[in-house]
Amino acid sequence: MADGGSFDTFPKLLLRNAARFGSRPAFRHKDLGIWQTWTWTQVAEIVRAYAAGLQRLGLLPGDTIAIVGSNRPKLYWTVMAAQALRAIPVPVYSDAVADELAHVLAHADVKFVAAQDQEQVDKVLSVSERVPHLRKIVYDELRGLRNYDHDRLMAIHDVIEDGRAALAGNGALGEQIDEIIRQGEGSDISIILYTSGTTGASKGVMLSARGCIDAATDTVRFDRLTDNDVALAYLPLAWVGDHYLNYAQGLAAGFCMACPESRETIEQDLREIGPTFYFAPPRVFEDMLTRMMIRMEDAAGIKRLIFNYFLGIARRYGEAILTGKPVPLAGWLLYALGRMILYEPLKNVLGLSRVRVAYTAGEAIGPDLFAFYRSIGLNLKQLYGQTEAFLYVTCQPDGEIYSDTVGPAAPNVDIRIAESGEVQFRSPGKFVGYFKDQAKTAETLTSDGYVKTGDAGFFDEKTGHLKIIDRAKDVGRLVDGTMFAPKYLENKLKFFPNIKEAVAYGDSREFVCAILNIDPAAVANWAERNNIAYGSYQELAGHPLVYDMVAKDVAEVNRSLAEEKVMAGAQIRRFLILHKELDADDGELTRTQKVRRGFVAERYAALVTALYNGSHEADISTEVTYEDGHKGVIAARVKIRDLQTSGSTGVLGKAA
Amino acid sequence: MRAPDTNEILLQVEGVSLAFGGVKALTDVSFDIMKGEIRAIIGPNGAGKTSMLNVINGFYHPNHGAITFKGRTRARMQPFEASRGGIARTFQNVALFKGMSALDNIMAGRTLRMRRGLLWQMLRYGPALAEEIEHRHRVEEIVDFLEIEAIRKVPVARLPYGLQKRVELGRALAMEPDLLLLDEPMAGMNLEEKEDMSRFIVDVNDHYGTTIALIEHDMAVVMDLSHRVVVLDHGVKIADGTPDDVKKNQAVIDAYLGVTH
Repeated sequence: MADGGSFDTFPKLLLRNAARFGSRPAFRHKDLGIWQTWTWTQVAEIVRAYAAGLQRLGLLPGDTIAIVGSNRPKLYWTVMAAQALRAIPVPVYSDAVADELAHVLAHADVKFVAAQDQEQVDKVLSVSERVPHLRKIVYDELRGLRNYDHDRLMAIHDVIEDGRAALAGNGALGEQIDEIIRQGEGSDISIILYTSGTTGASKGVMLSARGCIDAATDTVRFDRLTDNDVALAYLPLAWVGDHYLNYAQGLAAGFCMACPESRETIEQDLREIGPTFYFAPPRVFEDMLTRMMIRMEDAAGIKRLIFNYFLGIARRYGEAILTGKPVPLAGWLLYALGRMILYEPLKNVLGLSRVRVAYTAGEAIGPDLFAFYRSIGLNLKQLYGQTEAFLYVTCQPDGEIYSDTVGPAAPNVDIRIAESGEVQFRSPGKFVGYFKDQAKTAETLTSDGYVKTGDAGFFDEKTGHLKIIDRAKDVGRLVDGTMFAPKYLENKLKFFPNIKEAVAYGDSREFVCAILNIDPAAVANWAERNNIAYGSYQELAGHPLVYDMVAKDVAEVNRSLAEEKVMAGAQIRRFLILHKELDADDGELTRTQKVRRGFVAERYAALVTALYNGSHEADISTEVTYEDGHKGVIAARVKIRDLQTSGSTGVLGKAA
Repeated sequence: MRAPDTNEILLQVEGVSLAFGGVKALTDVSFDIMKGEIRAIIGPNGAGKTSMLNVINGFYHPNHGAITFKGRTRARMQPFEASRGGIARTFQNVALFKGMSALDNIMAGRTLRMRRGLLWQMLRYGPALAEEIEHRHRVEEIVDFLEIEAIRKVPVARLPYGLQKRVELGRALAMEPDLLLLDEPMAGMNLEEKEDMSRFIVDVNDHYGTTIALIEHDMAVVMDLSHRVVVLDHGVKIADGTPDDVKKNQAVIDAYLGVTH
């Protein structure tokens, strides 16, 4: 097991960094248009003063202090100062509505809240009577708060100043603070991270100091992060990703965390800071690519030509060069030229020039998207993790990168696949338990100490990497016992630009069927180029040529499924293209744009029946809600297309 | 809404009349603006609101009457004197330098406060550089205040209307005015932009203590924002008082809804 040596708490690591990296930058923050820098020595001094100030306000070991706001040095220092006093920081999502905030604050028994600005202070004040233990709110930005009643309010700046003055006037106080830091133990609860609560009420995940530091030290070694690295700390403070990737790794490796100026300037700040370690969810990479492609469309012809030519070169040789595989000399030379005129300038515009290690996680990433970034020389990798593991469960080592796996187990992590297909793990950063929820903790842990992830997955035979396919509770079985993971199929379908949404059915059925939505922008563009006339979305969706095109995509999905033993039986036999787009206003999608599979099945019961009874078309009429709120009815006759399954030995197209 | 702390009169308008040939734009209008308050000037189209602002900042010269600003009475004043005296304004239609960045536009608002001459500025050396850095710092505070960090370097022509208005407010603030005149700051905005702008106006008043006179058509906004309201109709003052008083005033209701004479 890796270790942080005798540095088993974050405050001890902070002191180590101050001694070891003294004048190296620890934090940066763009304030009034200028990047301000704090060195490790300065941060250690500030945190000590802040801790003294908080202690004078009455923060005791074991107390909880909530932190609400975006990535600001002062809020990170609040985490450090609290930990120095052996109190427990509880970061809360800054976009949480008052009710959610009240729930977390009350559940965590917080005595103090550190809030970023007026907005967050207002929110906390509005629910303060539901938080009985709340003593004081400290805040970062004075703006708008000048005329508030300062009985329960205090600026973080003033807390630090007060602490500093007290330390200067009273040597014993400093000694006392240092003593508390020395007494800190690895088994102390270092932080409580509340899960976002998308799957029920949010739970407080307690992590131990030693666990956090061991896990972070492992991955710092794994990716060879040093004090020369820089990360842009823009992920939500309350999310395990930020606490791990930036805070824990930052302290373990001694690298610099740069805090963006505001949420809207992240893109520019990224370019200015040029981080060497970068994390973003797939959506961000996708947006970046889309924006770039749109801008290229407007570029001059010659530029587009160069762009397309060198992207072709990148596709052919980029991945091999990045992983150090042999490449023919001509290819190498062309790639080097491409680097000079396209790849490097491109990465520079995106702020990714200096990135050594980039990770993505959270949802499946499209293979084309993934390949694009790797081909231009960005070392983009995938990881799989969760709060209960203190992030990393698996991650891809350099040189073993596949778009459809999340990699082998991270260092010192044991993974096993349970009977049910559920992924279970044991890791150094494994959580201690859910705060005040013994029952849930027991439910999540197995008797031999593994954590149940709730995700279903399997180890890929070729690579030995883990593949995550769906939430375990959503994974079903066909009548013949074949595993059926709807989201896995849906994601594969959605990676095709023509398919916007997909809903797969198959649980307790004989075979798999899919209801699809075409992407209006992509398909309309295609129709225009091929002189296909249509009057409405409905007409376009039902067009035989569109069906032909989509059928090819689905067949492609089937081919890729056939290559995986576990999934080969779950190929799509029949599909239809829905006459309307699935919409959150009609309840078919959640507000976060996730398909509500059960609801769609109910609403389009006639279509689902038709998919399974062999008919080739079906009538459906559905009520729709227009944007202005009034309702109407759309009626349509929807065609159903049969498909050949590929590669498998199963009976072909029985329903046809 | 918090009332201003002092009862000091910042600006006094006394018996002002203004005519363009035979057209009477303003007839014997008198009112005052207290230090630190938000004062709204409302009225139907053509009531003389913008003319009133133009008189206050010296763009029009009244035919009769006097204006006392910070204790100094004068009948005639040039606009640049007004801005030197501490009156800044924004316009009904956005009047920014379209090709310049948001930052440069706001920096332009500092011109009157720059001490070094053109040559020094061109050299951008020594004292001139130090001065520019200091002014830039003030501008950055305004950028931070108005939350426009993300558009600092964007040419204003490329910005949506709501943001252009915000930049214009920023430029007016850069002058560190004693009196800020806002001519329909929310005209043509969507609801969200209006809410943002309202918040900034209240914040400016609260944070910098700037006295604000604003013309606005959106009654809900006026009633929420302002401490006191002047109502003009056909160039004549028909009401003056707190929002609640004005709302109940029969003359005002008639002017807005129209009455059969």
